[in-house]
Amino acid sequence: MTETYRARDWAGQPAYLSPDYKSTPLRSPTRPLIALPQSLSEITGPVFGAEVVTGDDADLTRNGRRNGEPLGERIVVTGRVLGDDGKPLPNTLLEVWQANACGRYVHKADQHDAPLDPNFLGSGRCATDSNGVYKFMTVKPGAYPWGNHHNAWRPQHIHFSLFGPSFATRLVTQMYFPGDPLLPLDPIFLATPAATRNLLIAAFTLDATEPGYALGYRFDIVLRGRNATPMEA
Amino acid sequence: MTLRQTPSQTVGPYFAYGLSPEQYGYDFASIAGGDMAPAEVEGQRIRVEGRVFDGAGAVVPDALVEIWQADAQGRYAHPSDPRGSNASFKGFGRFGTGTDKQNRFIFDTVKPGAIDAGQAPHLNVVLTMRGMLLHAFTRIYFADEASNATDPVLHLVPEDRRHTLIAQPIGGNVYRFDIQMQGAHETVFFDV
Repeated sequence: MTETYRARDWAGQPAYLSPDYKSTPLRSPTRPLIALPQSLSEITGPVFGAEVVTGDDADLTRNGRRNGEPLGERIVVTGRVLGDDGKPLPNTLLEVWQANACGRYVHKADQHDAPLDPNFLGSGRCATDSNGVYKFMTVKPGAYPWGNHHNAWRPQHIHFSLFGPSFATRLVTQMYFPGDPLLPLDPIFLATPAATRNLLIAAFTLDATEPGYALGYRFDIVLRGRNATPMEA
Repeated sequence: MTLRQTPSQTVGPYFAYGLSPEQYGYDFASIAGGDMAPAEVEGQRIRVEGRVFDGAGAVVPDALVEIWQADAQGRYAHPSDPRGSNASFKGFGRFGTGTDKQNRFIFDTVKPGAIDAGQAPHLNVVLTMRGMLLHAFTRIYFADEASNATDPVLHLVPEDRRHTLIAQPIGGNVYRFDIQMQGAHETVFFDV
C-alpha cells in the first residue's frame, strides 16, 4: 500500500488563462486537463534536501559577493513548509531567486535601466529542518517595471520553487511583502482567487528579526498533503 | 485538519540563474541539468529533445522543462519505491529552452524501464514558463514501445490526441517530443 496526495485545490489556484496577464492567452492549455490517477510515477519525485545546500547558499547577502556587501535592506525570510494535512515537511529543498534592491535581475534578458549590484546574484537555496522550518537571508528586492500594460510595475517579490515529497506536490510561487501598494494593481497577483491571494503575502515579524541586523518576515508554504486512505500498490 | 494550499505563481522570465544557473552560465551550482545519467549508470542511452510552441505557433524561448523518470529497470530513486534504484541515477533532469540556438530542451538520459506490468515506459514532465500561472503535467512515451497499446494512462486519452504524448525516434538514439500549448495538436496535460 502506498500513499497518495490530496487533489490540487483548483478553486484556490489562478486559472491558466488570465487575460489581464497578457502572456497567458497564447501559453495556456485550451483543452480540459485529463485526470490521471496517481501511480508510482506521481507519488515519487526527485529527492532534494539539505545535502544540496552548501556554503553560503542560504545567505544571498554573501553568496554573490565579489568585493563587498550587496546594497539594500537586509531581511530574514523564514517559515514552515507543510502539507495541507497540517503535517510539517522536514528536509525539503526550497530554491529562491529575486531581483536586487534596485529591482534589477542578473538575468541577461532583463533590460530594466536600474543598476546591477556586483555583489548580489539573487539566487539561493535552503532546506527545512526536522520541524519543517526554513530560513534564508537576503536583501529586500525592488519593484520593477514590465511590459504587460502602460506603466505596469511588479510588486516586490521573491520567487520560490519546491518539490515537496513527490512530483505531484511540485510548487512554483512568489512571496510578496505586506503593505505593498502595487499589489492591488498587479495582474499576476490578482489572477489568484481572492480567497487565497493573501497566502502569498509574507508577514512582518519581530520574532524573526535579528536585532541590529535584519528585519524578519514569515512566509509559510502549504503543499498538497497525503490522503488518509492509501492506494493499492 | 486542512490548510489551504499555497497558490502557484508564474516562474517568470528570469528563472535561469535560480533554477538552471550552470546551463545559462551563471556562477551558481545547479542541482540538476540536461545530462541525467553519469557514465556508470546502466541502460540504453537516449537523447530526448524538442521545442515548446505557443498558441501562435511561435517557439517559446523561456520555458523550463523538468523530467522525472525511473531507471532502466523501472525503479524510482525515491523512498516510496521499495525496490530502490540504480545507485547513481537520480532520475531528475531540468532544462531551459533559452540556451540552444533552436530553443530546444535536450535531455541525455537512459531509457526508463516499465515501472510495473501495466504501464509502458514513460518520462514524467513538469512544464512551466512565463505566462503560465501554474505548471502543467504531461508525459513522454516512446513510439517504439509495443506496450503503449495497453498503457492505462494512454487509454484515458482520446485516441486522436494520444500522439501528442509519444516521442518519435529520429535516428541515433534521439527522440523528438515537441510540446504544443494550443491548436489542433495541443499536447495533453494532466490533472495529477
